[in-house]
Amino acid sequence: MAVYYLKTPIPEKEIRQLRVNDVIYITGLIVTARDQAHRRALEYIKSGKPLPINLEGLALYHCGPLVRREDNEWFVLAAGPTTSTRMEYFEAELIKNFKVRVVVGKGGMGEKTKEAMKKYGAVYGVFTGGAAVLAAKLVKNVRSVEWLDLGVPEALWVLDVENFGPLIVAIDSHGNNLFIEAARKVEERKTQIYKMLGLHS
Amino acid sequence: MELTVLEDTVFNLIRHAAIHLPQDVKEALKKAYLNEESEIGKIQLKAILENVELAEAHKIPLCQDTGIITIYVRAGAELKGLDKVEEVIINAVKRATREVPLRPNAINPINNQNSDDNTGRFSPQIDWEIVSGDILELSVLLKGGGSENVSSLSMLLPGMDFKDLKTFVIETVIRAGAKPCPPTVLGVAFGGGADLAVKLAKKALLRPLNKPNSNPKLAKLEEELLEAINMTGIGPMGLGGKITALKVHVDYAYRHPASFPVAVAFSCWALRRASARIFPDGSVEYLTLNSEGT
Repeated sequence: MAVYYLKTPIPEKEIRQLRVNDVIYITGLIVTARDQAHRRALEYIKSGKPLPINLEGLALYHCGPLVRREDNEWFVLAAGPTTSTRMEYFEAELIKNFKVRVVVGKGGMGEKTKEAMKKYGAVYGVFTGGAAVLAAKLVKNVRSVEWLDLGVPEALWVLDVENFGPLIVAIDSHGNNLFIEAARKVEERKTQIYKMLGLHS
Repeated sequence: MELTVLEDTVFNLIRHAAIHLPQDVKEALKKAYLNEESEIGKIQLKAILENVELAEAHKIPLCQDTGIITIYVRAGAELKGLDKVEEVIINAVKRATREVPLRPNAINPINNQNSDDNTGRFSPQIDWEIVSGDILELSVLLKGGGSENVSSLSMLLPGMDFKDLKTFVIETVIRAGAKPCPPTVLGVAFGGGADLAVKLAKKALLRPLNKPNSNPKLAKLEEELLEAINMTGIGPMGLGGKITALKVHVDYAYRHPASFPVAVAFSCWALRRASARIFPDGSVEYLTLNSEGT
């Protein structure tokens, strides 16, 4: 379990040294995107349209923040992660096309994302779900917001962050996935649990 | 009934629930931190406890997902003006969205438009119960989408028994895995029709964590389920560990001879609820917060 401090744009070389269970902190730009933003990004890829922000080397954050607007300036009040599994359908394409280096979320991601991370050099970092004020304190300012027509939670929020973490590396670029390993261990324990409850599996 | 008192009370309850965890939940999380053995699990629980303190210190909602809002109303039958309660609750929700603030979470599923004020068709959700007397009791539950998405219902066969119920609950917890932000609190309800089982499972989340089930057989079932869930090793945030759930609450309803529904509702670790009683003289007793309602 090593600790790394990364600055965006993050070079692929730095990503390749990370392993599952490592702890990382990110300084630089992190862009939020959840269900609707992923769907639109995929449409843009299909039609060859560029995104409003270049994601190369940046972190993509599964998050719909709670924000407040004062005198035309946005402030992030709470910004914890949303469940990443919902973005599994889209993520591999985004990693491939935009060279995102870190995907931040919670709840885990699957096989397709793991393969894309291995092939193109990216990691999945878990921020503690619900620790939203802690996360917001690490946001220095809102650089910009795009696609606000999707609604506040679904827009792309471009955030300046400092030492954003701790993020637990749960998928590395070498084909390891902590959540798949954890699920396998849980399956193994099932027999023991059922035995204790007097059930048959 | 003084409508301004009602609006202020609903507003205070929503605000308080969004910012502060109830004392029993905080204590359960502190205990979880002490008992957790996995290093990564402990990091998660430490972040959770720090976040709870930060939210209180800065008076900011503790999670960006301020949830779907359910208001449970227990209205004394002698009260006048109950037809106005719904309108007042809706106003309080709009005000809370602006002033707390809450994330706008009410979306029209037909055209994906966000109403931007947390209101809309059946939003907030209001649950009515008419009781005797002249007191209005209100409970607010804020529940995030991550925990809602793993809710589950199974129509078991009436020839089945508690063993099958337990299997279903364990399978549901395993399938939910990291998604509902463990350590979770589970509401489990059996019997009734399908809709009633789901409703009772969610309502069981309102019971304080330190209040045992009044039915000894169900109290035992709760203990057994909790022990089994914590044997899965899913752990805090699903990253592995000893503490997967803080508590299991069970409720039931009489069932049809042909039906045996079982429903499971999850709350993330941030079990956000607050309650108050409004008396006929306009005085308010906050049951889960200080006397000023803050």
